Amino acid sequence: MNITEKILARASGRNNVSPDDVVFANVDKVMVHDVSGPGVLAVFEKLKKSGMKIEKLWNPDKVWVAEDHFVPAADKISAQNVVLLTQFTKDFGIRKHFKYGMGQYGICHTLSHEEAMVLPGEVYVGGDSHTNTTGALGAFAAGLGHTDVAYVLLNGKIWFKVPETLYFKLNGKLPDYVMAKDFILKIIGDIGTDGAAYKTMQFGGTGISEMSVEERLTLTNMTTEAGAKSGIIEPDQKIRDYLAQRGAVNYNEVHGDPDAQYAKLYEYEASELEPTVAKPFSPENVIVARELSSTPLDKAYIGSCTGAKLDDLRAAAKILKGRTVKIRTEVLPAAISIFRKAMDEGLVKIFLDAGVMVGPPTCGACCGAHMGVLAKDEVCISTTNRNFPGRMGHVESKTYLASPLVAAASAVTGKITDPRDLK
Amino acid sequence: MKGAVIKYERDNIDTDVILPGPYLKIHDYNELAKHAMEGIDKDFHKKVKPGDFIVAGRNFGCGSSREHAPIALSYSGIKAVLAISFARIFYRNAVDGAFLLPIEIEEDTYKDISEGDQLELETSKNEIRNLTKNKTYKMKPFPELIGKIVAAGGLFNYKQ
Repeated sequence: MNITEKILARASGRNNVSPDDVVFANVDKVMVHDVSGPGVLAVFEKLKKSGMKIEKLWNPDKVWVAEDHFVPAADKISAQNVVLLTQFTKDFGIRKHFKYGMGQYGICHTLSHEEAMVLPGEVYVGGDSHTNTTGALGAFAAGLGHTDVAYVLLNGKIWFKVPETLYFKLNGKLPDYVMAKDFILKIIGDIGTDGAAYKTMQFGGTGISEMSVEERLTLTNMTTEAGAKSGIIEPDQKIRDYLAQRGAVNYNEVHGDPDAQYAKLYEYEASELEPTVAKPFSPENVIVARELSSTPLDKAYIGSCTGAKLDDLRAAAKILKGRTVKIRTEVLPAAISIFRKAMDEGLVKIFLDAGVMVGPPTCGACCGAHMGVLAKDEVCISTTNRNFPGRMGHVESKTYLASPLVAAASAVTGKITDPRDLK
Repeated sequence: MKGAVIKYERDNIDTDVILPGPYLKIHDYNELAKHAMEGIDKDFHKKVKPGDFIVAGRNFGCGSSREHAPIALSYSGIKAVLAISFARIFYRNAVDGAFLLPIEIEEDTYKDISEGDQLELETSKNEIRNLTKNKTYKMKPFPELIGKIVAAGGLFNYKQ
């Protein structure tokens, strides 16, 4: 069995599972945020009206809560949702609730690794499609809707069809100015937004071993954009060190068997990859950045769980150091801990000196919620994960998806720019 | 189950167009319905009638995990979406929450059905009858567990 099959077999009390088996898997961790939390409460209300008694959760210690989409409270409804979420954690005795304005908080997927909320070998579900992100730690991590999360909160388990696994092998170290974002965009361009539908995308090879933990998280994050159920990477020493720095040392790593089966193997040479961009209106609409070099922009957005981790901010700062932006540019670190590290390393000063606005952690404009959404006809280059119509604001705005290096280089010139071409 | 077709001749109809992000903070189901399909069809809310079907291409419902998407369609009156394929979270939200039926159809069926056609859906026979064109199509049968959850009326009513 491969790593995903072994985790699902363990979680469902079976010796063996194969792709297409349907299992009820016991869940190790579950997450809700300020959108899915109130959504789950609406499901609870519906269930109560139909006569069900809901007095306690299956295990409040396995539940954690983030505030990220519409915070700092964007308007009256968002503020009410945060109040609702706070009441929810109080009523059900959930202790891990990351509140904005009270120390560490941030985007849920970022907290999942920054705070070691999820560990290798676990089954982790969250009320958000980019829950896949956390698979980079060697966990089975999948997004669910409100009804399913409500079911998990009350029963501690949920059904899964055991997915087939597509294996993406990266040979060699990524060249300078090429990031994990370029690699995952290239893959999505190759296989399409449903290329991994219902499947798991596993990453391996020397290129992955060379990659930092945060860069790996960019890969698994955007498996969602290929339609995947989950993304996963087998844990190695870098993961162990990363988790140990965050106080997590006790867990049961899972690795695939030597004879593990994969539905398909895709092989990429790192040396052949280039700075890459996804054009509107789909993440699969991929082209190398140089071919778009005359495209004028109104805005650059460096934010989200995909593109505002510490490595992302370091990359942007490398470009912006000593330069000035020509278009509106926002940097929104994905968590307070990352904000602090960016400040300690002098990155925040570099951004401010370049004319960039540095804001609080939030999903913000990535999902068109608030904090810099796009007007009609505005064109944005963004380190986020989706560019469907209306994703970042007006339905006639346009978003180009790119790495933080490309976004920062483009911010400097005001048009899409390959960072290798920056004078 | 009988109703008229609202057809979108496109693939990858994503959750950002089915129910745009700014409305994610809303959890009043009837309010959500007013914004269904707003990303590609501003008139949807006015033209949809209870019992209508949506017909679309591949990968319907891709994008986010928002259950708001099937909820908005369901509370608009949509009883089933007929598509060549579905994104996984939309599919399980539709079934587990018992909001609407996600029906997988062949490409030929997708091409043959026109806007406004009257359809009759009989899932027990895996049949779709086009009353306007006087034709019968096959739907892809539900996988075993999905069929049971649909029959039970959602995941919470399903007994393992």
